[in-house]
Amino acid sequence: MITKEYLGASSIAGPLMVVEGVKGVGYEELVEIKSKDRFTLGKVLEVSGDKAVIQLFESPQGLDPQSLRIHFTGKSLRLGVSLEMLGRVLDGLGRPRDGGAPPLAENFIDINGRPINPFSRAYPNEFIETGISSIDGLNVLVRGQKLPIFSGSGMPHMRIAAQIVRQAKVLKSGESFAVIFAGMGITFEEANFLIKDFEASGAMERTTVFLNLANEPVIERIAIPRVTLTLAEYLAFNHNYHVLVILADMTNYCEALREVSAARKEIPGRRGYPGYMYTDLSTIYERAGRIQGKIGSITQIPILTMPEDDRTHPIPDLTGYITEGQVFLSRALHRKGIYPPVDVLPSLSRLMTKGIGAGKTREDHSDLSNQLFSAYARGREARELAIILGEGALLDVDKKFLRFADVFETRFLRQGEYESRSVIETLEKSWQILSLLPVEELKRVRKEFITKYLDKYLSQVGDVQEENIL
Amino acid sequence: MIKGKVAKVSGPLVIANNMSGVQMFEIVRVGEKELFGEVIETKGDLASIQVYEETEGLKVGEEVISTGNPLSVELGPGIMGGIYDGIQRPLKALRDMQGDFISRGISVSALDKNKKWLFQVIAKQGDQLASGDFLGFVQETLLVKHYIMVPPGLSGKLLEIKEGEFTISENIAILKDSDGIEHNISMMQKYPVRIGRPFTDKLQPDEPLITGQRVFDSMFPIFKGGTACIPGPFGSGKTVMQHQLARWSDADIIIYVGCGERGNEMTEVLIDFPELKDPRSGRPLMERTVLIANTSNMPVAAREASVFTGIAIAEYFRDMGYNVAMMADSTSRWAEAMREVSGRLEEMPGEEGYPAYLGSRVASFYERAGKVKTVGNPGRTASLSVIGAVSPPGGDLSDPVVQATLREVRVFWGLDSRLAFARHFPSINWLISYSLYSHEFEKYFEKGELKSFNNIRKWTLKVLEEEAELQEIVRLVGMDALSPNDRLTLEVARSIREDFLQQNSYHEIDTYTSLNKQFLMLKVISTYEETARLAVQKEVEIEAILALPLKESISRMKEIKETELEKLENLAVKVKELITGLVGGRA
Repeated sequence: MITKEYLGASSIAGPLMVVEGVKGVGYEELVEIKSKDRFTLGKVLEVSGDKAVIQLFESPQGLDPQSLRIHFTGKSLRLGVSLEMLGRVLDGLGRPRDGGAPPLAENFIDINGRPINPFSRAYPNEFIETGISSIDGLNVLVRGQKLPIFSGSGMPHMRIAAQIVRQAKVLKSGESFAVIFAGMGITFEEANFLIKDFEASGAMERTTVFLNLANEPVIERIAIPRVTLTLAEYLAFNHNYHVLVILADMTNYCEALREVSAARKEIPGRRGYPGYMYTDLSTIYERAGRIQGKIGSITQIPILTMPEDDRTHPIPDLTGYITEGQVFLSRALHRKGIYPPVDVLPSLSRLMTKGIGAGKTREDHSDLSNQLFSAYARGREARELAIILGEGALLDVDKKFLRFADVFETRFLRQGEYESRSVIETLEKSWQILSLLPVEELKRVRKEFITKYLDKYLSQVGDVQEENIL
Repeated sequence: MIKGKVAKVSGPLVIANNMSGVQMFEIVRVGEKELFGEVIETKGDLASIQVYEETEGLKVGEEVISTGNPLSVELGPGIMGGIYDGIQRPLKALRDMQGDFISRGISVSALDKNKKWLFQVIAKQGDQLASGDFLGFVQETLLVKHYIMVPPGLSGKLLEIKEGEFTISENIAILKDSDGIEHNISMMQKYPVRIGRPFTDKLQPDEPLITGQRVFDSMFPIFKGGTACIPGPFGSGKTVMQHQLARWSDADIIIYVGCGERGNEMTEVLIDFPELKDPRSGRPLMERTVLIANTSNMPVAAREASVFTGIAIAEYFRDMGYNVAMMADSTSRWAEAMREVSGRLEEMPGEEGYPAYLGSRVASFYERAGKVKTVGNPGRTASLSVIGAVSPPGGDLSDPVVQATLREVRVFWGLDSRLAFARHFPSINWLISYSLYSHEFEKYFEKGELKSFNNIRKWTLKVLEEEAELQEIVRLVGMDALSPNDRLTLEVARSIREDFLQQNSYHEIDTYTSLNKQFLMLKVISTYEETARLAVQKEVEIEAILALPLKESISRMKEIKETELEKLENLAVKVKELITGLVGGRA
């Protein structure tokens, strides 16, 4: 195929470059831009007559529009993928940033991917044990799920992500497991903490890191999630890996998207974000999943910091509509010194019901988690009431719920950063704290489960029982 | 045939020149890959085209060819149990042709053209037939008799009709119209999706659509031929409710449109429905269901088309005389697809960037629902109910899509994230939801066996309303300050909420409740209230009543099987006995 090279762009504004007098340029085509001392990549965002609008993947700093040599490659952006990429730290376009040699590509794949045919999908139903009670007990993660962490600045989302990477296991063995971490606009310290943690736990050799730090050009962030997922798909569907993808921080990605949209003078949607942000995000998140007849899987944990902890902000809002649940971190719990500060009430795992139960975790898991949710919700209501009226004004039963909520936070939610609880431990702990409540209030659990699992904790009486828990 | 050239590509929008003569909403094939597109604007010799497939790699100067046809669906035997994308391409066939990932430029027939169906004759040779008249039928699945009708716009004398095994493209009949022209008729017809199918008369809905979901059936009923919307923030259970409706509604045919939603959710439907049994016939639910799956990462223009594809199929079955229910999840994504295309057309935006015609498009969609007298002989009444989920940003009901929808629909099921956080499912807020069919609902029950349902329903709504007021007082002065009567009201309201309104979709018995059981459950709670109220009057301590060992058996009412409903009647008797016993003890 003949490809053409043009001399000089007519304008560069922010991340956009316009080239005129072109012919036969394709939409979304990859563009190579050569200046005196640099080699930059971009892609075609719009073609109209003989004019092409190009989005640059790197900073335009130092580019002189007149002297550029612009080469339209006739192909879309491809990532050279290989197993060698495991253990490496790469940049937003897959080039080494750890000083090593470029990984030898086994195959070149279009980074945009293609949608998985819903008919080919296999339903995610394999439980992943993270060792964290608030997730394993109440917001179960399953293979092939996309479960974001909704956080805010200053909260320990990176530490939770690191803990999940250290502890996550499936209740089966003998499978290949890989982690791909995409750092978009995160600080050096955050990135360094994670890489050091991966190295310390031995996870680094099965981990690939794609990195664009906070001080690096914003527009490089746009390609990172797609590059990451392209490698993930290659590992999962060609090499049978179970891949855990961590995308942090999606807020920075969305801001980069907004920057490009503003530069194109598009009609903005809410808060200046482009109207197609839902579609754009879905082409990232929907690349999680499993496929019938294939062994591997892609599980995504996107992390995003909600501006001002506002969950109705377009970024968490649109994400929540696409992902299969969310894990909310709460500043109030964080201030109380509870780690991990997971606010379980607004948190949710949509794929939970199919991943738990007899044969997967335990038969009582589903009823038990419903019971914990509603009891904790009632305890929180009682707490609000107690703040206004004083604890004395509460009914006896509400006092018990209030006590339950306190114990739930300090004994169930709180756990050590290096403490891994098995799912059975988590479930037993749940029954133990539920024994603080009168049995007739436990309406969400089946009777037979109460006899089978709760009775042993009930034999202990009153204060003794409470001390045992504390 | 008109041949033009691509002049501009911007996402799903392509502008082509040399297109004069092309019709609005005509289907065109774009570029070397022959991508599907639809003309949505014409200006001079320029045509704006929304393309239903990814436009990556498309170049200026590539050819655009008109087809002369509007976007249409193929209708005929083989459609039941199918799963299609937004422009009715069967996803199974796409997988067989291209593998696990969807690629582009493939045209596949929506229906299997090779399969032979046993066509049984109804009309006779020599009959004078008009459009909509039955020619015969195919027993497509055990649940669905697929009637073959004279296609819209045709009428005349039946010259020939053949019984036997045919494919859908073979001729089964010949009709001679008044001009003497002979028309060959096969079992398949094509119909444009954006135009509603004709009917004789629109009727007032007069029969409830029983969904087996207590909060819907007893509190905020929808009628066959009615429209409803479920708006709510993410995580409040919209999709679970839509799935429950698709599973348990007593409609004959279900059309489920997953419009811009999650891939895994469609997979769940695909896995569950063939296994789940219809509670009335015991057959797999898939036998009466058609799925349209255009997930969020599939092309955005096809998402816009998907709800029309769905409703065109729904109307086809309505015309056979069936009660059809269509679920669209979610109409917000559909509206966003419109917004995206409108933005690329550089149209003047209305509220929140949505096009100014959002309201009229939403209206034209919901107005296709209704109970109708269909065209054709034998005369038949049928209905098409439409239930749309709406996903407003942040759950904010002032969102333009919610507001445009509320102007059209008759039933509003408002989801509440606070209820969802407390795992009160379905998290329908009973204070903001409404059904404009309440009046019809009353009339319906006056005729039937469950006459007292009306009173009990009004009583339930009243108690819940009173609870909301009392809660305000409790928040100010505490529970202790309430009178025993008010304490009782709160207890009864709590019981209605927890023991009746809450329903677990994943519990094998609780997932579906017949109207009869719903009535008996409410009856138990109202018996409790009545007798307790009397006891309080006779100065029985409210604490003594609350301490009775009844709470547990009342809360386990949900788990009583449909075959053992006498247990509920016994429970009501026991409730009465125990509470009256307290009065006796005093005297």
